[in-house]
Amino acid sequence: MQRFSFLCLLACLAVAGLAPSFDAHAGTTLLNVSYSPTRELYDEFNKAFAAHWKSESGQSVTINTSYGGSGSQARAVINGLEADVVTLALASDIDAIAAKTHLLPTNWQSRLPDHSAPYTSTIVFLVRSGNPKQIHDWPDLIRPGVKVITPNPKTSGGARWNFLAAWAYALGANHGDEAKAQAFVTALFRNVPILDSSAADATSTFVQRRQGDVLLAWENEALLARAEVGSDKVEIVEPSISILAEPTVAVVDGIADRHGTRKAAEAYLRYLYAPDGQEIAAKHFYRPRDPAILAHYAKTFPKLDLVTIDAFGGWPAAQAKFFADGGVFDQIYTPGR
Amino acid sequence: MAVDRRASPKGLGSRLIAVSAASFMALFVVLPLTLIFQQAFADGVSRYLAAIADPETLDAIWLTLLIAAIAVPLNTLFGVAAAWCIAKFSFPGKNILVTILDLPLSVSPVIAGMVFVLLFGAQGWFGPALAAHNLKIIFAFPGLVLATLFVTLPYVARQLIPLMLQIGRDEEEAAIVLGAGGLRTFLRVTLPNIKWGLIYGVLLCNARAMGEFGAVAVVSGHITGVTVTMPLQVEIFYNDYHTVAAFAVASLLSLLGLLTLLLRRWLEVEGRGAVGAGMKGLPT
Amino acid sequence: MTVSANEGSSFRFGRRDALPGFSPTLGLTLFYLALLVLLPLSALVVSASGMRWHQALAYLATPRVISAFRVSFGISLAAALINGVAGLLVAWALVRYEFPGRRILDGIVDLPFALPTAVAGISLATLYGDTGWIGGLFAPFGIEIAYTRLGIFVALLFVGLPYVIRTVQPVLAELEVEAQEAALTLGATSRQIFRRVLWPPLVPALLTGIAMAFARGVGEYGSMIFIAGNRPGLSEIVPLLIVVKLEEFDYAGASVLAVAMLFASALILLAINLLQSWERRRHGG
Repeated sequence: MQRFSFLCLLACLAVAGLAPSFDAHAGTTLLNVSYSPTRELYDEFNKAFAAHWKSESGQSVTINTSYGGSGSQARAVINGLEADVVTLALASDIDAIAAKTHLLPTNWQSRLPDHSAPYTSTIVFLVRSGNPKQIHDWPDLIRPGVKVITPNPKTSGGARWNFLAAWAYALGANHGDEAKAQAFVTALFRNVPILDSSAADATSTFVQRRQGDVLLAWENEALLARAEVGSDKVEIVEPSISILAEPTVAVVDGIADRHGTRKAAEAYLRYLYAPDGQEIAAKHFYRPRDPAILAHYAKTFPKLDLVTIDAFGGWPAAQAKFFADGGVFDQIYTPGR
Repeated sequence: MAVDRRASPKGLGSRLIAVSAASFMALFVVLPLTLIFQQAFADGVSRYLAAIADPETLDAIWLTLLIAAIAVPLNTLFGVAAAWCIAKFSFPGKNILVTILDLPLSVSPVIAGMVFVLLFGAQGWFGPALAAHNLKIIFAFPGLVLATLFVTLPYVARQLIPLMLQIGRDEEEAAIVLGAGGLRTFLRVTLPNIKWGLIYGVLLCNARAMGEFGAVAVVSGHITGVTVTMPLQVEIFYNDYHTVAAFAVASLLSLLGLLTLLLRRWLEVEGRGAVGAGMKGLPT
Repeated sequence: MTVSANEGSSFRFGRRDALPGFSPTLGLTLFYLALLVLLPLSALVVSASGMRWHQALAYLATPRVISAFRVSFGISLAAALINGVAGLLVAWALVRYEFPGRRILDGIVDLPFALPTAVAGISLATLYGDTGWIGGLFAPFGIEIAYTRLGIFVALLFVGLPYVIRTVQPVLAELEVEAQEAALTLGATSRQIFRRVLWPPLVPALLTGIAMAFARGVGEYGSMIFIAGNRPGLSEIVPLLIVVKLEEFDYAGASVLAVAMLFASALILLAINLLQSWERRRHGG
């Protein structure tokens, strides 16, 4: 008898606990499914947007966020994670969502300015303070004894940008010889001791667990790491050539419509392009699109020689060639060294 | 139980064994535990408390407690029912039943999580049906509970079955013959006998439910404050340069583990060896 | 866990048993198991059959997969064997000797059971990393522990140890002291006593403990992701490979791997059950 009443009590507790999750919010709730390095950015941006939305529309909005490797997050959305907006590392991941779920149109990228990338970044090298292994450019990465940290291109968006930047260098240095370029990236990955699943994991491996000699990182991750642990621990090396990394954002129409959050979701993304949003992005080490704000932060963001994804024929071509099953990345990874 | 005739280790061989045993344990078990608390308090007590009071941490704690509050009673109910029919009766296919019951223990937790995605994910068997009714299972609370139910399913049953087998059915049969009803027999005769084993099974089930990582990680969706449990929060903090916070949450989970162990000790003394009769093959 | 036949009357359709409650409890049990275990696992099998037989086998034969299985099963076996030796030592010390701190040691043995794997993971990764308390001792010699196969080995030692100890301990404790003393009075040497009286009943228990530690090690995930290097072909374990496949949208591949692991685990489980039956029969209870 006592057990029975105890069970009843538990059941009541459970129901009471579940109640909040039945969307009892007075106001709108948005879920932003994002990729791992943007945590600090969206922590601040979400607060700013909530205040902005309140003053604009009088409505209060709650923004929930989820972070993980860009590819993994895309998979989660495909599997049913109900993102009102996605802010991922590259267009290819959002393309995958569009193709597999039809929750947004395949021409989503043209709906927002600058190919739906309100801020950009690039790939740089993060090395130990004093650069003991003397790493100055791409060729240094394939020297024997140099340990390179980069995440897994199959799951991490940042890793794919890393790979393409390396490929761009190798192709240029070898006058367009693809076989030699492949040899270069093969040698590069031979020097990679650990493959984490996301850019943030890789950064953590390099910075906190002190593994490896050089981290191939998003510029914003590198700048953040330097700010967090100090320039007496790590320093940034700009390679001779890198890639313009465009993390893209999109409203997931099917879900936003179902939740009735379309207006808020669209406003949320547009706010990223507004001066306030651009300022926050720049503060968190993302290169803003707004030229005035970019000029203001010129010291943080040096000019680099950058190729774009168009040099690879766009993401669909690049994804198929390099990262799909049996693509270049699969070919170069030989196990059991 | 054999006669307890322990002696102090005499002679070099015995001393060596005792010392090696103690050193091995200290090195491989005690040291990691100590490290957790050392790292958690590395920045002082106030930072430790601040990490615990962080809204993300509190959300994670509440979520973890809630999941356990649902999963553990359900599995206890199941465990008792399963133990009753398996231990007190004989029927064909019993061994198969027991093997199925054991399966969640031997399945890697990521597989456990994955199968629920296969079933309830948007691309899964029940995906379209769930979407049509606007029901969220995966990447929401119900998914977390299901994954936890799966991985902790056998614990209570495994404790009770050998125990009830050992006890036999004579007492219950006697009670029935004397005119007691089924439920009464269970409550008055069976329950007191299995009390300590049951409690221990519930303890283990609970410890595992709160500490589960792999299965939950796959079905969680990592929605901050909504579907992030304590173990997941440890990983998030750890990867975010918040080492102290990560170890602070880890220390809470460790305390839970230590508490479970202490209670087991105490139960052993009370139950005089009845506990742990079926204790084999456990967590992840 | 096998169930031996010392319970009561067998079930005959239509005949009422002396004890009530059979049907409802069996019904509930079957329902619960079908819903929570059989249904999900059959989804797995069906998903794996998205790949045809020869495709699946070809996939399992790829170097990366073979390497992952070798790492998972090989290192788990090694760790289980070492745990067998160490566990026997510890169990011996706990059962036979009295020394200060024995009770505490006895309690601590269960710690890897009770500690969540993620917690164990970050702790071990920190401990055995380059700047950790233990890792730091080896680093100057160029020996890396965390993020290598050695790290996986150490972590599996941690999680598997209690299995051996807790399986061997009760058997050791039960061995009749009188039998040993009788053997002594009959003139047997210590070595003979060990070999003829103690060792035979210990073997099945030890094997069972090792098998369980092995099974656990193969499926371990939570602690692995913090301490394994995840490098394909070198330090990538099967559960991690499954997650990678999942994250690449390769459900069929992930399911095939999962089924292969399940199959191997089922074999191990069967072996454990058989071992335990053997133990019961030989040892008489």
